[in-house]
Amino acid sequence: MTELVDVVLGGTFHAAVLFLVAAGLQLVFGVQKIVNLACGSFYALGAYFGITAVGMALKLGMPAPLFFPVLTLAGLAIGLVGLPIERVLRTIYRRDESYQLLITFGFLLMFQYVFRFLWGATPRSMDNVYMAYGTTQIWGVRVPTYNLLVIAASLGIAVALGLLLERTRTGRIVRATAENRDMAEGLGVNASKIFALVFTVGCMLGTVGGALVVPSSAASLDMAVELVVEAFAVVVIGGLGSMRGALVGALIVGLMRAAAISLMPEMEMLSVYLVVVAALILKPAGLFGKATA
Amino acid sequence: MSIPSIDISSPVRAQRSVLRVNGLWVLLGLLAIMALLPMVASPYAIILMLPFMGYGIALLGFNLLFGTTGLLSFGHALFLGTGAYTAAVLTFKFGVLSFELLLITAALISGLISLAVGALCVRYTRIFFGMLTLAFGMLFHSFLYKFYNITGGDQGMRVLRPLLLGMEWRGGKTAFLTGPFYYYALALFALLSLAMWRITASPFGLHLRAIRENAGKAAYVGVQIFRMRLAAFVISAVYGGIGGVILAVTTGLADPELAYWTHSGNLVFMAVLGGSGTFAGPAIGALAFVLLQDFVMSITQYWRFVMGAVLVLLVVFMPQGLSGAAEFLVNRRKGGR
Repeated sequence: MTELVDVVLGGTFHAAVLFLVAAGLQLVFGVQKIVNLACGSFYALGAYFGITAVGMALKLGMPAPLFFPVLTLAGLAIGLVGLPIERVLRTIYRRDESYQLLITFGFLLMFQYVFRFLWGATPRSMDNVYMAYGTTQIWGVRVPTYNLLVIAASLGIAVALGLLLERTRTGRIVRATAENRDMAEGLGVNASKIFALVFTVGCMLGTVGGALVVPSSAASLDMAVELVVEAFAVVVIGGLGSMRGALVGALIVGLMRAAAISLMPEMEMLSVYLVVVAALILKPAGLFGKATA
Repeated sequence: MSIPSIDISSPVRAQRSVLRVNGLWVLLGLLAIMALLPMVASPYAIILMLPFMGYGIALLGFNLLFGTTGLLSFGHALFLGTGAYTAAVLTFKFGVLSFELLLITAALISGLISLAVGALCVRYTRIFFGMLTLAFGMLFHSFLYKFYNITGGDQGMRVLRPLLLGMEWRGGKTAFLTGPFYYYALALFALLSLAMWRITASPFGLHLRAIRENAGKAAYVGVQIFRMRLAAFVISAVYGGIGGVILAVTTGLADPELAYWTHSGNLVFMAVLGGSGTFAGPAIGALAFVLLQDFVMSITQYWRFVMGAVLVLLVVFMPQGLSGAAEFLVNRRKGGR
């Protein structure tokens, strides 16, 4: 029983972070029709920047329990790098999607070395504040309270994003642009602005995800390329372009990995890919995707 | 016949065909120059050319899928990995040293794997095809990485020096690679180029181009889309497997990085760098990539940053790649088009 709870909690924590990155990927794909391979870089960027920001704040005398809001803000702030990147992407919106995939791959390569240049090749961690909130007992299992906070934050962001897209005027415009860019422009929507907004928000989701994960695990150069594949898995399982899909997909991948780690460690990633392949064969458009092929 | 209607629908291609005919000659000319290279170049430069041949062969196949059929695979490193590990297992574990046998086995195994993978993948196109191939590539990578007992995990597996044409070659590793192996790989490259040229020029190649241009129309005039795509996938995988064997023998090692998705990304990079719309383009892209990477690595440790920047600039400003740029210059000289 305790083992099961352990797996579920660990998996949900991982899923919470994964959801944020995958949601960014979905948002950008839904509106700009670009599969953003650089989403993993945004994740890693958030992680590295989070470490630096919290380190500086602690030096300035910030009490340790305040690190959670600092981390979130750091993630949001660094997410603004999405703006200049969107300027470059703008040149290829109407090109073939192989080029769009390639250009984001180029960004991924570049970011890899930006991290190495700024933060060095050795993994960086900040586990000193991880336990600042102590631990909580749930059904006989002790978990760091921080993990629960992250799960709550991720859920909060999911709800906020849903409300933004479904209930507000901006959200309606975003959805209209996603549906048909030319028609939206014909009706007076400034699509360039919407694209910049969407890409930046997508980027922020990634950086916040990275910033939130970093107290529990170190930031390393490999995290970007590794996360891309996981986020891809989430998106494929859930269906391209669907937020609900991202949520469910993240839960499946997160729980699957946690279960595999505790049962058969060598199957950790293999199990995830097997689910992906199964999903693509049984339900090619994903659980919540629109039929496309 | 249905052929004219396809040509009419894409007049741009028709105009380009003059240069396409030259594609094979461009490539064979390049290989002829390379055959003379050992007389002037240093052993270092010669050894640098070996990865180019491995990648070049793989890219000939990759381009049948990407350039000709219009399917972008983001997991093609899977087949390079298959070839490399086939060579490793055969030489290191079973003591099979005949290079010809390695090539045939690698081609067969890549072909079989691709038949299974392809049957699932080619039902999709565009981004879904890319993502599915990526998933299969990573499936293979994590198998290589985690099943330490079979594959050596992240250490990889050694690849022993093979016998060429049943003969044992004495001398150091450099002498072997720059001497007999270099010419062997070069001859193989030339042979496979000719074969690929025949394939693209055949009615089968025409079917593939028809599928790329308009799959619905092609199906309407009787092209069997699924079978044709699958055949293209298998052929490209066989080329990938053979390229993988050459890479593995060159480095003497088969490691899981070969099958990692960023390696697949590099293959796409090479194809676009050279220009995927032409026959010789991707192979030229492989050459340019190998040279560029070597050059950038020698001047800065942040070479991937430069490679990434090159890729971004390439996509934005020169989407037709090197051969596209060359074509543009030639056409302009011919009389301002």
